Amino acid sequence: MEAAFSGKLETVYRRYVDEDGNAISILQDIQAEFGYIPEEAINSIARMTGIAPSMFFGIVTFYTQFHTRPRGANIITACCGTVCHVKGAQRIISRIHDELRLKEDQDTTRDKLFTLEKVNCIGACSIAPVVVVNQKVHGRMSPEKMARELKKCRERTDA
Amino acid sequence: MPKGVTVNVCMGTGGIAGGADEVLAAFREELSRNSVEGRVLEKCAVHQVGCRGFCARDVLVDITIDDERTTYQYIRPDMVKRLVSEHIIGGEPVADWMVSDEYHRFHDLQKKIVLADCGTIDPEDIEAYIDAGGYRAITEVLESRTPAEVIDEVRRSGLRGRGGAGFPTGQKWELCAANEADRRYIICNADEGDPGAFMDRSVIEGNPHSVIEGMLIGAYAVGSDSGYVYIRAEYPLAVDRLRLALDQARAKGFLGPDILNSGFSFDIKIKLGAGAFVCGEETALIASIEGERGMPRAKPPYPADKGLWGKPTIINNVETWANLPPIINNGADWYAGIGSEKSKGTKVFALTGKIRNTGLIEVPMGISLRDIIFDIGGGIEGGRLLKAVQTGGPSGGCIPQQHIDLAMDYDNLLAVGSMMGSGGMVVLDESDCMVNIARFFLEFTQAESCGKCTPCRLGTKRLLEILTRITEGEGRKGDIELLEDLAGDVRDTSLCGLGMSAPNPVLSTIRYFRHEYEAHIHDKHCPAKVCRKLLTFFIREDLCVGCGMCRKACPTGAADGKPKAPHHIDTSSCVKCGACYDVCKFKAVLKE
Amino acid sequence: MISLTIDGREVSVFEGTSVLEAARILEIDIPTLCHDPRLKPFGGCRLCIVEIRGMARPVTACTTPAIGGMVVTTTSERLYRLRRTIIELLLSDHPNDCMVCARAGDCTLQEQAYFYKLRLNRFTGEMRDHDRVDANPFIKREMNKCILCGLCVRVCDEVQGVNAIDFAFRGFNARVTPPFEKDLDCEFCGQCVAVCPTGALTGKVWAGEARQKDVKMTDTVCSYCGCGCNITLHTVRDRVVRITSRPDTHNRGWLCAKGRFGYEFINHPDRLKTPLIRRKKGGNLEPAAWEDAFDLIAGQFTRIKEESGPDALGGLASARCTNEENYVFQKFFRAVIGTNNIDHCARY
Ligand SMILES: Cc1cc2nc3c(=O)[nH]c(=O)nc-3n(C[C@H](O)[C@H](O)[C@H](O)COP(=O)(O)O)c2cc1C
Ligand code: FES
Repeated sequence: MEAAFSGKLETVYRRYVDEDGNAISILQDIQAEFGYIPEEAINSIARMTGIAPSMFFGIVTFYTQFHTRPRGANIITACCGTVCHVKGAQRIISRIHDELRLKEDQDTTRDKLFTLEKVNCIGACSIAPVVVVNQKVHGRMSPEKMARELKKCRERTDA
Repeated sequence: MPKGVTVNVCMGTGGIAGGADEVLAAFREELSRNSVEGRVLEKCAVHQVGCRGFCARDVLVDITIDDERTTYQYIRPDMVKRLVSEHIIGGEPVADWMVSDEYHRFHDLQKKIVLADCGTIDPEDIEAYIDAGGYRAITEVLESRTPAEVIDEVRRSGLRGRGGAGFPTGQKWELCAANEADRRYIICNADEGDPGAFMDRSVIEGNPHSVIEGMLIGAYAVGSDSGYVYIRAEYPLAVDRLRLALDQARAKGFLGPDILNSGFSFDIKIKLGAGAFVCGEETALIASIEGERGMPRAKPPYPADKGLWGKPTIINNVETWANLPPIINNGADWYAGIGSEKSKGTKVFALTGKIRNTGLIEVPMGISLRDIIFDIGGGIEGGRLLKAVQTGGPSGGCIPQQHIDLAMDYDNLLAVGSMMGSGGMVVLDESDCMVNIARFFLEFTQAESCGKCTPCRLGTKRLLEILTRITEGEGRKGDIELLEDLAGDVRDTSLCGLGMSAPNPVLSTIRYFRHEYEAHIHDKHCPAKVCRKLLTFFIREDLCVGCGMCRKACPTGAADGKPKAPHHIDTSSCVKCGACYDVCKFKAVLKE
Repeated sequence: MISLTIDGREVSVFEGTSVLEAARILEIDIPTLCHDPRLKPFGGCRLCIVEIRGMARPVTACTTPAIGGMVVTTTSERLYRLRRTIIELLLSDHPNDCMVCARAGDCTLQEQAYFYKLRLNRFTGEMRDHDRVDANPFIKREMNKCILCGLCVRVCDEVQGVNAIDFAFRGFNARVTPPFEKDLDCEFCGQCVAVCPTGALTGKVWAGEARQKDVKMTDTVCSYCGCGCNITLHTVRDRVVRITSRPDTHNRGWLCAKGRFGYEFINHPDRLKTPLIRRKKGGNLEPAAWEDAFDLIAGQFTRIKEESGPDALGGLASARCTNEENYVFQKFFRAVIGTNNIDHCARY
């Protein structure tokens, strides 16, 4: 486990060792590798690159793409762009909260089955409101359709 | 039996969300099955093409038989069988599924320069681009023009940046080229963070090589050997297609050392954005490419003087770059002949909101809003009344219905308190509350503020708080004036374009819809019936059948009644969540 | 050299000088919160905005390079109003507790609020809740008082090269923090404390001590090592309550953890106040009168010097003595005893 962990980091580091200014790309690769950005990963990569951990932490918390905690098996991304907003994104989001029993400030369910994310416009406004379920874009969503999708995810994960 | 058969399936993000990949697979399968049976000649190609704009009718499919093109709309995989058997094999187009007149009206007033090949060529095939005249401009430039001549051509074309501010592109290049430097950089800004905008995504998805060729022209003109495309990670399809296009261009010798034996070398790297709207701002974008937090830097010095790694740098928007090959091919005079006096060429808009034909359009600068909304857009959805058009996203403003004949160009939009922005155009109708719209945009800018400068970090927060209290019925006397004062101060003191333009939605809605603000504050009334806290929900007994849906949906038990008898809502325990309104199938729940 | 006009007065400066620096040559006061001439300009607080002829918007003096022929205005009704709004915004997210703040009277934000007569605030709203206690031994971090000027981040990077802290999060939630919002774990040089314009960063050792009243300032030199940093002792009666360093000296105001925070020994109860004499071989050191001690020293030193020569003697001094004491000590060894065998714990 330990060796595998640092081996993975080593590989990421090698990819970028020749050039400056790759802190963000490094973090993107770490996240692709682990699904989130573990604290130990930042500390180790900081040692390798000589970039201070505080700077990595600053970057991680600046960009919404990065997560410092593990995420759910199913990722639900609700678009909150202008068009989705005027077409009722908020109602879909509150339905998701209800269905998944997520509190206002929570984004991952306790059983780690679902993570709800919000994104500002994925650029599919003509079919708003839009929700991305596990990278598949669903257009013309409604609270009911959303509930059905969540149920499907649950069944698939259980199976 | 027909000779050449081509099937083009619209595979933009919108198309794929509508199931285009399944449609494409169905065509491939159906055709290969049929060709085995020898009923279709082998010369039958299925292509994926980029977005042609009319996303509201996805999935769109073109079937071209012997140069005779028929376009179908709303195609699902289960419809493919009939299309193949009746149209491709039988030679009889399926009239029921063909696009209507509206499809043509949608296209008639448009003028396609940037989008000319989007939707007709396969974006994953460089040969398709070359066949359509691609890479001709850069070849000609390298063979027969000096960098100064190229800059001059661009300057004379009158091209202005399509990323928002509309800075003359030729002038920007001139400034950059005039600097002494051992290295210069070229950046393509594909961060497209404005909610409600998807022009740049569609251009890259539909015709990535046009952007690459544009960057090559720019690189040659200012003497750069290294370029970056900064693109949002939220656009995976565009990233994949761009990557593929770069590889193909390298393989063909259009990128890399000594391009076309001219001695000119240039290559492009992709940098993925990580989710921050402010990184669309040029200095923040540079900070982000350098691997830092995307916090804007003070200007001057401008990037053209001191940009990436402190070197002179040209940043242009995707659409700006894509305009360059046509300008070189057809000449500055041709381009300058299109558009209005101070805004030349065309502009791509993402037309969305409460409009019938949502989608991507490219129109000559100077076209009126009326033409866009009522001709191209087909009018307002559901026959409601137009209230305003929001342009420029969170940096822009609302153009009220009385300015419907406004000629769309940079300067006119500024004059009415909005801006071109990157080209998002959201149509709002009478059911939209303008205070709520302003609040929505402030919520966005507030969350996207980087936090570096005081007015943006705290000013947008306070603006949002005031707007929120107005929409929640807590508005106070003097709030409108307070909003105006604070909005003006934030605009005048912020460090970057985000803070400078964040107050625009507030200022423009107050300018044109002050009465809505007043209604919220003084009468505690939301004229558009949007702000929930200001509404009362009640049930019309004559319409209620007592199905009990509202009772089940109500979180507090305020909606109640006996089965099969009219229900009612107890206003004292109602929390105005609107759940009853949403679930009622009989439109018996009303809000007032 | 280029020349420009500021508030109607002409000034000649070198190319690359900022408008702010040019104004300071003329002793024109432009308010700043995020600027320190020792650090790279940041342009975050926006307080230093000025009007430049030909530019539509006000620009920040600290980041704008002076250009020949520039015409700058540093005070106007509009600038006054804009600056006032900025301070008002900062105060709208600042705990109104100057009464118990270590920096009262020595706080740039408080000073500006006073200049701009801000008593009531038009923008009451949510305030940050960053009042997590940092358990490190030296630096008190009250981050709800932070105005995000970034001086601490820059000094830690540009001067100290430690990068213990950086900006994290963004917008209203932006804050300066060590990685993962842990406790501060660094060299504790306290450079950040020295540049902080508010009470966000203060020294734990001087918490609760006198601020200005009865405080006497004495410029002196730090005795901890051979760098000879200039320091200023803040004393109340006979007690040192704080140490600072002036930026206009050779160490530019920068100190190390010892120089800045290591003064508690002065008034420490364990400190020796009388000489100790070991009267028996193997016995304990016992307090003694000064006369006895001097007699002993004089007698023994004279004997050793006569028997074995002056170089048989050596003296070890301490960084915890005053400079005067150390001076006298070495003089005594060199001139009286006649040896160069003299050393000090902070010798390089
Ligand atoms: C907050 C903010 C966001 C921006 N976002 C974008 C963007 O997403 N895409 C873009 O091309 N320009 C964006 N811009 C404009 C850029 O700063 C810059 O002006 C533009 O890329 C220059 O290219 P152009 O001259 O071709 O328009 C943004 C500006 C600001 C202030
Ligand atoms: S001192 Fe210039 S912006 Fe703060």
